[in-house]
Amino acid sequence: MRKIVATVGTAMALALAAGAAQADDPLKACFVYVGPHNDGGWSEGHDTGRKLVDEMLGDLVETSYIENVPEGPDAERAIERQARSGCGIIFTTSFGFMDPTLKVAEDFPDVKFEHATGYKTAPNVTSYNARFYEGRYIIGQIAGRMSDAGVAGYIVSFPIPEVIMGINSFMLGAQSVNPDFKLKIVWVNTWFDPGKEGDAAKALFDQGVDIITQHTDSPAPLQIAQERGLHGFGQAHDMYEFAPKAQYTAIVDTWGEYYVKRVNAVLDGTWESQATFDGIVDGIMAMADYTNLPDEVVAMAEATEASIVSGEFHPFTGPIYNQAGEMVAAEGEVLDDGALLGMNWYVQGIDDAIPQ
Amino acid sequence: MNLEGAILTIITAATPLLIAALGELVSERSGVLNLGVEGMMAMGAVVGFATAHLTGEPALGVFASILAGTATAALFGFLTLVLVANQVASGLALTLFGLGLAALIGDAFVSLPGQGLPEINIPILSELPAIGRIVFGQDALVYVGILLTFGVWWFLFRTRAGLILRSVGDNHASAHALGYPVIRVRFMAVLFGGACAGLAGGYLSLVYTPQWTQNMTAGRGWIALALVVFATWLPWRVAAGALLFGAVSILQLHAQAFGVGVPSQFLSMLPYVTTILVLVLISRSSTLLRANTPACLAQPFVPDR
Repeated sequence: MRKIVATVGTAMALALAAGAAQADDPLKACFVYVGPHNDGGWSEGHDTGRKLVDEMLGDLVETSYIENVPEGPDAERAIERQARSGCGIIFTTSFGFMDPTLKVAEDFPDVKFEHATGYKTAPNVTSYNARFYEGRYIIGQIAGRMSDAGVAGYIVSFPIPEVIMGINSFMLGAQSVNPDFKLKIVWVNTWFDPGKEGDAAKALFDQGVDIITQHTDSPAPLQIAQERGLHGFGQAHDMYEFAPKAQYTAIVDTWGEYYVKRVNAVLDGTWESQATFDGIVDGIMAMADYTNLPDEVVAMAEATEASIVSGEFHPFTGPIYNQAGEMVAAEGEVLDDGALLGMNWYVQGIDDAIPQ
Repeated sequence: MNLEGAILTIITAATPLLIAALGELVSERSGVLNLGVEGMMAMGAVVGFATAHLTGEPALGVFASILAGTATAALFGFLTLVLVANQVASGLALTLFGLGLAALIGDAFVSLPGQGLPEINIPILSELPAIGRIVFGQDALVYVGILLTFGVWWFLFRTRAGLILRSVGDNHASAHALGYPVIRVRFMAVLFGGACAGLAGGYLSLVYTPQWTQNMTAGRGWIALALVVFATWLPWRVAAGALLFGAVSILQLHAQAFGVGVPSQFLSMLPYVTTILVLVLISRSSTLLRANTPACLAQPFVPDR
């Protein structure tokens, strides 16, 4: 009996000590990545953001990350481990982490969660996303102008709304300068597999496309483009170094400012659950330098970028028709965010079916 | 569709699988199951890439990747053959260890463009119409893979040393009683397996996609392991399996780009299903299967003096 009392006493003392220590500790900001922190693409974009938090907030925060967390049941375990380890705010940075994040968040009501690119929120779960379609419209326009064949190849991962939205926006951009533009779409069913992404690029080039773009994370397709003397666009990260002769531009994710803002909100107690959907204007993404392009095409791209930033132009402005030829947005009508985030149809002109 | 391009891509997709699987085949024929192929490949990939990057010589990178694979395999050999640790557990550990160590070594080399191994260019021959580039214009390692297939077959089934290696894998007690150095033979086989896996990894980071990124092996080591089993430990079947796997995985991409109305998830599954199905069908004779399966596979051996 004495032993039990002593044990309980020690445990309580320890708990008190831990509580006291916690008060002075810096806020722990934790990140969960789907790939390696230095994948040269998606996850690295988030990691660059994490480093900015470190830099800007210094001693007030302590950041950490878990990398290579597969989407699916394992994700829940990884997120829960972060929550248990005393993280005050946890950023889960892949679409497939959405439900696991919500599930863990239920058990840890005092921890703030932020999930990237999803659409579900909870009292302690914010969703945040970038309007990547803005960049994709611009690169679509460039492809429309630069492709001699009038066909681009598009390497994609999984048929989720985010990806479909990107394909549609790219196509609308291309059609705005070349109404007969064609798109060849290849699904590789992975976010990251350089070999497979490279193979897909080869297959597309072998079938006559002269420009590729991708919604997967490795620079392999651009390397193949460079090898073949053809062109493409970087994804999530400026991939210029990998293919200095092939990259026209890249949609660069710049999550840093957003991360600093949100961590700060936790620090000063103003954090609230919200659904963020930011664009180029908010600094959540940027276009890499326009390279390997004639001046007039650069001018066109910059003009489009400027009109998107100023809010003058929205890539999903009607008239927009779906594949069946039905009008989805009337002349001048802009699709609302709900329609964008739940997109499950292709625009007219795409000669393919969405895998179900 | 550009047939030449497709065939070239199929061969490059099959080569790393073929090389890694042949190494594992020799190791398993001697009775050692090394599940660490993925880890050894990752080590080969990173060390090969780093060496090529630091020296500017892709050919040196190839040698370095072979050495890295061999060194990683030596660790496995020490654990399982000298210390007689469980092969399955050690192999799995080797995969985790190899992937982790490769990521650590490679940290300084990510997002650096790599040095690609040039393709062979024989005047006139490489420019022959239709078959020129396919037969005479590939990178050197493709030919290494083909030679290795013949070499392994010839060694295992036409030489005395190969006979000894197989006897060690089939019945280590008898081989030992006849005076053959079971542990030494197995150690050599494991090292050969490591060298091949390292080379296959080097192929990924030096030829296939000249870059280093963590996890770039993306499960190819496991596919190589599966190929060995489904090919019933016969080199030419391994080659057939690797080519078939490469062919279906490339052709399904072509099919998608071409716009056939088949769900992409189904197409993505096809390489695995077709390869397993075909290899199971060609090796369905149960007597042959029994004759080819190394009877002492994954069984530890301690000489009773």
